Amino acid sequence: MSPVDNDTVLVDKVRAAFRDKVISTTVHRGEVTHLVCASALRSVCTFLKTDPDLRMNFCADVVGVDYMGETPRFEVVYHFYSIPKKHRIRIKVRVNEGETVPSITSIWAGADWAEREVYDMFGIAFEGHPNMKRIYLAEDWEGYPLRKDYPVRGYKDRYNPYGVDREEKD
Amino acid sequence: MAEQDNIISTREITLHMGPQHPSTHGVLHLLLQMQGEMIMKAEPDIGYLHRGTEKIAEGLLYHQFTPYTDRLDYMCAMSNNLAYVMAVEKAMGLQIPERAQYIRVIAAELSRIAGHLLAMGAWALDLGAMSILLYAMREREIVLDIFEQICGARMTLSYLRVGGVRYDFNKEIVESINELLEVMPGRLDEYETVLIGNRVWIQRNEGVGVISAEDAINLSLSGPALRASGVKWDIRKDEPYLVYDRFDFDIPTGENGDCLDRFNMRFAEVKQSMRIIKQAIKDLPDGRFNVDIPEIVPPPKPDVYKNMENLIHHFKYVSAGFKVPKGEVYSAIEAPKGELGVYIVSDGTEKPYRLKLRVPTFVNLQTINHMSKGRYLADVIAIVSSLDPVFGECDK
Repeated sequence: MSPVDNDTVLVDKVRAAFRDKVISTTVHRGEVTHLVCASALRSVCTFLKTDPDLRMNFCADVVGVDYMGETPRFEVVYHFYSIPKKHRIRIKVRVNEGETVPSITSIWAGADWAEREVYDMFGIAFEGHPNMKRIYLAEDWEGYPLRKDYPVRGYKDRYNPYGVDREEKD
Repeated sequence: MAEQDNIISTREITLHMGPQHPSTHGVLHLLLQMQGEMIMKAEPDIGYLHRGTEKIAEGLLYHQFTPYTDRLDYMCAMSNNLAYVMAVEKAMGLQIPERAQYIRVIAAELSRIAGHLLAMGAWALDLGAMSILLYAMREREIVLDIFEQICGARMTLSYLRVGGVRYDFNKEIVESINELLEVMPGRLDEYETVLIGNRVWIQRNEGVGVISAEDAINLSLSGPALRASGVKWDIRKDEPYLVYDRFDFDIPTGENGDCLDRFNMRFAEVKQSMRIIKQAIKDLPDGRFNVDIPEIVPPPKPDVYKNMENLIHHFKYVSAGFKVPKGEVYSAIEAPKGELGVYIVSDGTEKPYRLKLRVPTFVNLQTINHMSKGRYLADVIAIVSSLDPVFGECDK
């Protein structure tokens, strides 16, 4: 949706500022995506928010994706929007099971619940998050439902007689 | 000294408001830390309605998921349909015919009117003005009747589909919409007389739940609630989708960012929606109401019963679905409650690999603590209503 010159700003600015931290850049259907190192996430985000040409002041969403079978297994996807500049960008980081991602709540307070949702559904913890706990599910819930190895019907227990047996799996 | 403190200060208590409370919308459960009647901290506890919609989507064909979107924000199902089908179309790189785009604009704006009417009515009811809810329901009924005329359903519409819409508009529908446009201004004037000038109403809302533009953006607030804080951002204007760039309409913005402003935004937006519908009905072009690609669009239902080829076509569409090219897209629309985004990761098959719904209610609810800190318990009711949460959407 954004015009071509916008794309070049979104691509070139970030690549120039973080030459060795940007692993790959893709443009698909007019949307710019940067895959960056998890260690550089916070500095990339601060740059996106403060740079006068980018000014990404709105954190739209934080999404988890499970690419089971690949290493690193998980991808955390951030969608940012700039209200004054009217453009969008997507930043991604990849992490393995058990690894943490730096939290961006100190940069955009609005990422708070979205990060908790990723933790709830995928078990990816965010380092530096003020309140890292489940948001939708009960605190004593076992497992992370949106992982690809979690059955759609859930696991069998006394509330869910139609679930899958835990032993049946693998 | 210690003895005196004990007498003067009250003990901090935790009050559970909801999940079944007559003045919270849906199953909102608020944990309120209170010092007397003063709110120290308000923490929403959500998830009572969690159905795992995103997990379900991973096991469904692209066209099978459309009815699930109706059940997100069931107060304005058309907007949800629109957000979803637009994301799929973007992933496929599909251009839909102009007539379908106009019909979609009309449908989305009608649903905005229906959604805002309920938001305003329920809000007034929560604060004790019951008649407004009945008035709002009266007008909402006209809109729902139009929906019934368009697609046969009133709440769970599933009217929009990938590649266009389900049924074409006919003369009767256009007439009904014109009738609505005729009666609405008078009805809105009634609201204005009964409610907006009311002293009690103003006192309950003015200066309550104030949030500055900077804080609101930082907390990712969107939609009419953000515009009430003076931020002129509307996706329909700033990243025009469908044919919104051809219509002449204003984006109302507030100044104070309090509950009263948030109400006035919704009231003004209903009027703007009517302006858009009026222009769209006038310019409604002729032509197809869906794309001419047989894999994506099923044959008309009456033909399925008469003709073998059409039956095979229908069967193929329903059982096999259609493939979406590999890649990822994020598409956002301006839903009545804010930015409604759909993020699709496609692996090139007929089912989404990952589908994420960026629902405005969920994100907007984050601001409750900021708005209600230091206010009284009764103000929390107004603040919750001013965010217009719908829990089908929030809990997904």
